[in-house]
Amino acid sequence: MMPLLPRVLGYANPLSVAPGETIRFMVGTLDGPRRYRAEIVRVISSDTGPGGPGLKTEPLRTPITGEHVGSPQPIDAGSYVRVPNPAVLTGLTRFTLEAYIQPTRVPVRPAPRPQAIMGTWAEDTQEGWALVLDEAGALAFQAGAGTDAQARVSTGRPLTARRWYRVTAMVDLGAGAVTLDQAPLPDHAVTVEAPARVTAGLPALPAAAADDLFLGAVRRGVEGGRLFTTWHFNGKIDRPTISRDGESIARWDLAADIATDHVTDRSGQRLHGRTVNAPKRAVTGHNWDGTEMDWRRAPEQYGAIHFHDDDLYDAGWTPSHTVTIPADARSGVYALRLEAEGGPPFWVVFYVRPRRGAPRAPVAFLASTATYLAYSNYRARMRPSPAELYIGALPTVDTTDLLLMYHPELGGSTYDTHSDGSGVCHVSRLRPIVNTRPTGRPWNLFLDFSLLDWLEAQGQAYDVVTDDDLHREGVALLDGYRVVLTGCHPEYHSREMLDALEGFLGRRGRLMYMGGNGFYWRVSYPSSHPGMIELRRAEDGTRAWAESVGEYYHSSTGEYGGLWRRQGRAPNALVGIGFVAQGFDRSSYYRRTPASRDPRARFMFEGVEDEILGNFGLFGAGAAGLELDAANAALGTPAHALVVASSEEHSNAFQLVNEEMNVSFAGSDGRFSAAVRADMVFFEHPAGGAVFSTGSIAYVGSLADKGYDNNISRLTLNVLRRFLDPKPFSMP
Amino acid sequence: MFTIDPRRTDLALEFKRCPFGPHSPELQAVLNVLRSARHCQNLLLVCTRPHAEWVLAEKQPDGRPPRLFSDPVFTTLEDAEWHAFRLRWEAVTGEKLAV
Repeated sequence: MMPLLPRVLGYANPLSVAPGETIRFMVGTLDGPRRYRAEIVRVISSDTGPGGPGLKTEPLRTPITGEHVGSPQPIDAGSYVRVPNPAVLTGLTRFTLEAYIQPTRVPVRPAPRPQAIMGTWAEDTQEGWALVLDEAGALAFQAGAGTDAQARVSTGRPLTARRWYRVTAMVDLGAGAVTLDQAPLPDHAVTVEAPARVTAGLPALPAAAADDLFLGAVRRGVEGGRLFTTWHFNGKIDRPTISRDGESIARWDLAADIATDHVTDRSGQRLHGRTVNAPKRAVTGHNWDGTEMDWRRAPEQYGAIHFHDDDLYDAGWTPSHTVTIPADARSGVYALRLEAEGGPPFWVVFYVRPRRGAPRAPVAFLASTATYLAYSNYRARMRPSPAELYIGALPTVDTTDLLLMYHPELGGSTYDTHSDGSGVCHVSRLRPIVNTRPTGRPWNLFLDFSLLDWLEAQGQAYDVVTDDDLHREGVALLDGYRVVLTGCHPEYHSREMLDALEGFLGRRGRLMYMGGNGFYWRVSYPSSHPGMIELRRAEDGTRAWAESVGEYYHSSTGEYGGLWRRQGRAPNALVGIGFVAQGFDRSSYYRRTPASRDPRARFMFEGVEDEILGNFGLFGAGAAGLELDAANAALGTPAHALVVASSEEHSNAFQLVNEEMNVSFAGSDGRFSAAVRADMVFFEHPAGGAVFSTGSIAYVGSLADKGYDNNISRLTLNVLRRFLDPKPFSMP
Repeated sequence: MFTIDPRRTDLALEFKRCPFGPHSPELQAVLNVLRSARHCQNLLLVCTRPHAEWVLAEKQPDGRPPRLFSDPVFTTLEDAEWHAFRLRWEAVTGEKLAV
């Protein structure tokens, strides 16, 4: 059975715009040119189905509304280094190529193909030369001077994945001879592998003029003025060199300029290059000995780049539409809705921030765009895995999600692994993203619309700002807002974002943390790659994959990666609670605590008589579910924080997270462990502001119950009203 | 290792009544076996009409797309869970679930 996939895709740049500014939409069709309909809408509520508010959108009048004709826009995934116009190589017939390599996917299955280490080979013209691993994974040299004159020499002995080798090719094209050396480096492995050396004749070949030299790929051809590549290498390349008679022609120092896309040639020949599609840098090299874990302290041990055949930074599509956002457009979450016959709609989400310099609404919704991006193009649940054991139910996707499995070039999320099994630590918004939308699986932005819909139902004016704005502009972005509401799962934050939120509280701001598992992972925004985030899943935590040893420090900033709680900034200090448990089958409810009767909390419970809160909701039939946070003084929950309600009676699927247990123990699920709970917390800030935290991702799904007239809605409205009141909070 | 007693159809009925938990410890043990790596059938549920229709699919290795099964078509998530439970029960115990 072939599912009905979307037939038109797109992405936007920039991510957030103010009224009067322009935004570009890159649109491509699938399976040939076709007509599509486009319309920009403000999205108010997601497609919750008949049990909830349902999809609510409001059209934005712009010239884009209507029928268009689009064409496919291909994507060249796979990372490499491109060295343009290496004139010094023209006419070169006698030379030596050398590098240290650690292949990670040998052979490439299920469709074996060569993997290029370095060279000028061009698949389209069959000219040039390259040092490669052949289809079997053995070191080989490929050379040619057109379709009628090609040769390849191989050692015939496949390399072992994840072992370091020194590989050499001594080439004399004029004489028609090549000697290949593949020498495994000594390591701690028990198995011993002999080196391989092969000398063989080649047909004499003329030296070709090289347009470009590549590390980690070869040229496939040029289409529409764009370069396309193939034979991508999976694994690490360290200290690649080209020499002639002992003299350096190129000597690339991959430890230089790690934080950028620059690749520096130390030979003096100025064969500098650029990385393409953001391969992983700041990775351990062939000589890493474990004495240093920080690449900045021992750069000579971090002289490698890890390339992947499915890395992607910028899809590079040609803009299809440029739209000026009307000056009177209100701030909100918007989407370009694309639809072509025969497939479901495709949503290109973007954000309209308030007009610059204009008065702001009193409330800001901080869209969790770093988290949405971390989850973007999530493939993991469609790949074999034991996910059902921690979800507690069958993993569910829709046909738009399935698009990813038919189009690997769209790249993955930070929850995925590359084709070689290593974790995806770079994700970019400069590509079509299938799962940040108001339809499909309820998660992230989909869930956050429950909060926006509730604000609309309350008639509460609000602006929408994004994590990306906050990272870039800091606390100034929040100036003028009395209350900032987070989304339901603001999991990923940069240091700059945390500093800004702390700064907001220090200016008498009021923060409503409307979810669970927030402020958990550190991310950075590489200045060399706008639109991308970097993540290292270091050390500990509930991890989709584990970061490689020795590679815990971000390449872009040098920051130590991983959980904020492992870096002295546990979320408990900012919002009173931190991640403790997750489960995805059925949600539960909160029970009020005696602290909810504290006079300091009276404003929260005016008109709320129930002991049990939120035993209803759209996401698992309860307000306490999916991912849960609890108070913990040892992690920084303020001593005066009031835990006004806690959840209970969670299902077996809810398990205590591993960072909460130093030694694995039984009885750590929701049926046995009282530690598996969400704590609802309130506390005053010394500057006169305050914090309210719900502790559960599912909470926002209870707001709309009974026509927004329920104890969760009332409680939240009570908090919002008091938080809007400029009267300062006093410390108890 | 824990094995499923195929006579314990009461546990199957408990699942049918409440597929999304909480479950009794005995039913959870059964589910752990049915969903474990040893017996994992790599099932995926694909929504083909929002809020209305789902079909089962089997996840594939090497990044290949899941294989979708056009029949049966489920109109509730509960029906899909029950169908998957029955399939796995039979696969693991060798006995058709007679409830």
